[in-house]
Amino acid sequence: MRAVGIILAGGNSEKMQELSYKRAIAAMPVAGSYRSIDFALSNMTNSGIQKVAVLTQYNSRSLNEHLSSSKWWDFGRKQGGLYVFTPTITVENDSWYRGTADAIAQNLDFLRQCHEPYVVIASGDGVYKLDYGRVLEYHIEKKADITVVCSNLPQGDNITRFGVVRMNPDGKITDFEEKPDSAHGDMVSTGIYVIRRRLLIELLEKAQQQNRFDFVKDILVPYRTLKRMYGYRMDTYWRNISTVDAYYQTNMDFLKPAIRDYFFRQYPNVYSRIEDLPPAKYNPGAAVKNSLVSSGCIINGTVENSVLFKKVYVGNDCTIKNSIILNDVYIGDHTHIENCIVESRGTIQADSSYIEKEGIRIVVEKNERYIL
Amino acid sequence: MIKKEMIAMLLAGGQGSRLGVLTSKVAKPAVTFGGKYRIIDFPLSNCINSGVDTVGVLTQYQPLRLNTHIGIGIPWDLDRNIGGVSILPPYEKPVDTEWYTGTANAIYQNLNYIEMFHPEYVLILGGDHIYKMDYEVMLDFHKASQAAVSLAVMPVPWEEASRFGVVVTDETSRITEFQEKPEEPKSNLASMGIYIFTWSVLKEALLANKDVPECDFGKHIIPYCRAKGQKMVAYEYNGYWKDVGTLSSYWEANMELIDIIPEFNLYEEFWKIYTSGDIIPPQYISEDAQIHRCIIGDGTEICGRVENSIIGAGVVIQKGAVVKDSIIMKGTVIEENAVVEKAIIAENTRVGAGCVLGCGEEKPNRYKPEVYTDGLVTIGEDSVIPAGVRIGKNTAIIGKTEAADYPEGILESGESIIKDGDEA
Repeated sequence: MRAVGIILAGGNSEKMQELSYKRAIAAMPVAGSYRSIDFALSNMTNSGIQKVAVLTQYNSRSLNEHLSSSKWWDFGRKQGGLYVFTPTITVENDSWYRGTADAIAQNLDFLRQCHEPYVVIASGDGVYKLDYGRVLEYHIEKKADITVVCSNLPQGDNITRFGVVRMNPDGKITDFEEKPDSAHGDMVSTGIYVIRRRLLIELLEKAQQQNRFDFVKDILVPYRTLKRMYGYRMDTYWRNISTVDAYYQTNMDFLKPAIRDYFFRQYPNVYSRIEDLPPAKYNPGAAVKNSLVSSGCIINGTVENSVLFKKVYVGNDCTIKNSIILNDVYIGDHTHIENCIVESRGTIQADSSYIEKEGIRIVVEKNERYIL
Repeated sequence: MIKKEMIAMLLAGGQGSRLGVLTSKVAKPAVTFGGKYRIIDFPLSNCINSGVDTVGVLTQYQPLRLNTHIGIGIPWDLDRNIGGVSILPPYEKPVDTEWYTGTANAIYQNLNYIEMFHPEYVLILGGDHIYKMDYEVMLDFHKASQAAVSLAVMPVPWEEASRFGVVVTDETSRITEFQEKPEEPKSNLASMGIYIFTWSVLKEALLANKDVPECDFGKHIIPYCRAKGQKMVAYEYNGYWKDVGTLSSYWEANMELIDIIPEFNLYEEFWKIYTSGDIIPPQYISEDAQIHRCIIGDGTEICGRVENSIIGAGVVIQKGAVVKDSIIMKGTVIEENAVVEKAIIAENTRVGAGCVLGCGEEKPNRYKPEVYTDGLVTIGEDSVIPAGVRIGKNTAIIGKTEAADYPEGILESGESIIKDGDEA
């Protein structure tokens, strides 16, 4: 492969509310068995990219645990590998990553030592399948300096949280507005870019000299007319999960047969860390409808239109509806949960009720757990 | 010098002919178990959980699935710089090339492998039991007893003792007598087929018996050691241990996992069982599904009714289908409105729409009455059952069957269709 990969996974967003307290967005569990970064990592490996750097900063414990071995995504080869870069204090630098461009710039040595001519930059908060090799071919064919992968705004999502792109019929980007107050069009940047490695190094060095640290605001937007920037239209499923609503909706999308078929059954696969859990167990009293259930779950109650992540225990006579229960949650008997996201490793006491009438409620319960 | 205190030799070469068509294409240790595992995962996980990190797996019969499952041992953390798991098939030699003719002969042919690690002790394991056991505790017992050979034994009900090889011990656990399937057992301690040998003793015994045809541990090596006056002790084990060598015991062991708190609990944090799972997505339970007392593997899609069953990874059970008291293995599809009762259906099989499996009166199987028992319908892997046929009890099917194979659309109880060119 002629490209190295960089995954920006340092981010946090207030729009994730309590869910961001304990982990970076890239480590958010998605679709029962995965974490958000698995999609970008799997796309990298499935595109033949062998060398990938993951840049982390915000609360990266969960993420580091997930990335503790690179074998799940078939990295860790003699040629290439998975590198996790957190900010470090050096002779020249004593600051955190001050932005996406700064995060890459602080690891310029990695880029300088690579021999691959191109770089694919992706973010850790997208749920999609994409062959980056196709984007690279497009990039070369268009003789572009920077290619931005674009998608139509997902239905129901808010355009003002994205970069809005306008391009001519040939695909050349004519305008790029970051998080506009009012939108012109519905083509948004997915945060996936292809760029020549030497050009990236040059642009980052220049930005560093000017104390500019954001890849979009300080590189893409200023250069949008000076450099040949092209948009690559991705017309397959793509979601960005970094708001509570988008996160909830993306998980619920996996209850649709077409989405499941696309991600779970069609080649190439999405990979994730294997956790050695037993299969799910349905005891008498379990009544499950239109739901995803992951390994290690034990179910004794009613579950409808919900996503149960790994190792969830649902007690007797419980009712769980339209909810997302994250990893290793224990739900005591006679509990009623509707329209909630229950934070991982929570323990819900028996006879509780969490019913949200409008919108989505995030439940964080750190009760003592007496059961093994 | 490389030095491992104890290494394990896992005998996984047997066909397991009493599992009928389930082992037509795979060795018994590679048969799936409990919706996610294969039988060999249990001894392999026991090894690594006991701190035994060097395991030789002796393969012979249909080894492909075993080889791909074990690979370099990553799921069991047995990919090691020194030791780890090694697959040991029979091999050609300048003279006297032969297959593994018996359990002890297989070990004899791999003396060089064992010698590489200069072990003090060698653990001999089989690949056909479901259990969790700490071999290190057994080794401590072996050392404390200053024994040359330790046999793991477990107490069985007296009335069943005559089905087993039993050992008679004195008050110090020293073995005084062996009885093979005795009519009047003097003891209820059944041998589990798990041995720890002091390596020097085993090596001497293997060399002395190298020309014995079909050299076997139970028949030759143990009697030889006994005749030489070596100290043999019985290590009593009191946990869950299940032989899954017959279709009915295999079915039963699977069903026992469904109990609310099963005697053999896979959900304990301690002593995990590892396996090589290649299916990651969660399972989907549809609007139309009904599930009662089941264990269901990853990536499965269920739209029908499933009761008292073990469903493997990646299985699809379509709308209107009913599955009861059955074991459905990885990747199998049960099409719309099919009814499956008390069946064992191996991997990647397709059961056509509207089929009825396990109907009618029970009759003994004509082909292999001792194998296909208990009213079970057994279907081998990669089989196809055409839509709309009815299949009776104590039946066996393997291969891509067509409507023409079922006169009047029926396979009567006790009949078999063996189409895959094998003599399972």
